[in-house]
Amino acid sequence: MSKIIDGLFYAESHEYVKIEGEYGYVGITDYAQHELGNVVYVDMPEVDDEVTAGEDFGAVESVKAASDLISPVSGVVVEVNEALNDSPELVNADPYENWIIKVQLSDASETENLMDAAAYKEFIKE
Amino acid sequence: MENKRTCLYDKHVALGALISPFGGFDMPIQYTNIVEEHNAVRKACGIFDVSHMGEVLVTGPESEKFVNYIFTNDITDAPDGKIYYGMMLHPTGGVVDDLLVYKMGDKRFFLVINAANIDKDVAWIMQHAADFDVTVEHQSDKYGEVAVQGPKTEEIVERILGIPCSEMQFYTCKEIEYAGETIIISRTGYTGEDGFELYGSHEFTNAVWDKLVGSGEVLPCGLGCRDTLRFEVGLPLYGDELTDEITPLEAGLGIFVKLEKENFIGKDALAAQKAEGLKRKIVGIELADKAIPRHGYDVEADGKVIGTVTTGYNSISTGKSVCMALIDAEYSKLGTEVAVRIRKKVFPGTVTKKRFYDKNYKK
Repeated sequence: MSKIIDGLFYAESHEYVKIEGEYGYVGITDYAQHELGNVVYVDMPEVDDEVTAGEDFGAVESVKAASDLISPVSGVVVEVNEALNDSPELVNADPYENWIIKVQLSDASETENLMDAAAYKEFIKE
Repeated sequence: MENKRTCLYDKHVALGALISPFGGFDMPIQYTNIVEEHNAVRKACGIFDVSHMGEVLVTGPESEKFVNYIFTNDITDAPDGKIYYGMMLHPTGGVVDDLLVYKMGDKRFFLVINAANIDKDVAWIMQHAADFDVTVEHQSDKYGEVAVQGPKTEEIVERILGIPCSEMQFYTCKEIEYAGETIIISRTGYTGEDGFELYGSHEFTNAVWDKLVGSGEVLPCGLGCRDTLRFEVGLPLYGDELTDEITPLEAGLGIFVKLEKENFIGKDALAAQKAEGLKRKIVGIELADKAIPRHGYDVEADGKVIGTVTTGYNSISTGKSVCMALIDAEYSKLGTEVAVRIRKKVFPGTVTKKRFYDKNYKK
């Protein structure tokens, strides 16, 4: 059973965003890390890069495949999770604790286009 | 078209395997964890369902002559029980398939071919057999096959299956009576580790699977780690390093091509290619970063594309991001600096040997 956390927003491409004030922490869901299997590399943008909702900003690579990361929100990257450079497997261990990028949001209303925990739970059941 | 299923399909489903199409079959890619399965084969013992592989039996007065005509390696006067690796070639030198030829006995050759190429290969073999006094029997539906691989395999096969195998040399086979049928065991594999492959009826294949997996000493392993294992030791996969368009010389497999042999399909093209010198080669590339070069990605140098990645991984055994790639021969010298384009970025690397991990065969 995949872990889903209340209060986060979820995209159909299995990224989440956790909103804290004007910032959003973006990562992949527990469902996504389980589907991918052993994560061996996270391709992350640079600080100050712009990200756009619905567009890719990097990739998560498992042994077998690369999976694009699609940003659920728009804004500027203010921090990347450097720990994932040396320990990409943290994404498997706890994908919600180990977010990938921190974004300064340019449009807070974009979360309206995302699913809440209950809707995402239904979504991954399908 | 509906994919085929092997005789072990129900076992894979019961074990909760991730199933994906491969070579026209629905095959188990992994059971629990590709890294654990990979390491089980490197350090202990794993079992693979390879019943999707094709089998063709060639017999008759001209069987040796015929196999030598369609096969790059030289099987002349082969002792019974010896196994040869090689390719069937197009007249252009491109590869129809790579295969194993088992010399089973007098004028009796057992050919093991890739699942994805079964229809193409059988048609190819039948077409050319028409000119020889041979009998060709397509036996893929008759045989199940498992590969039992890893350093503990010899002891496990002897103790749990009761099949004596410690005396067998690498790349040899024998037929034995087992539970009322004749089965084939060979000291072969596709992992870089010691191991055996067993061919028999579907009942036999299920019985072997149940005994070995049931013992708790042999881990079921999917095709996912079969690919990471073969890749690390530089073994080619048809479709990646060998295709209708890539010759065995370009793939670095010249030792399996006996150009001094009287005649075989593709010989003239390869002799000409050898005389002219290779224009492209398959090499190893090691990246400085952990980004993973994958099949189809461009290889670049001097600001231009010089080739394509054929297979790449973050090697489970070494932790390095490495790939095999078909590139312009002028860049193929060891130590040459090249780069691989991965999504939007270009990652620097160097040309290396394409064996990223040492084989551990019993000679």
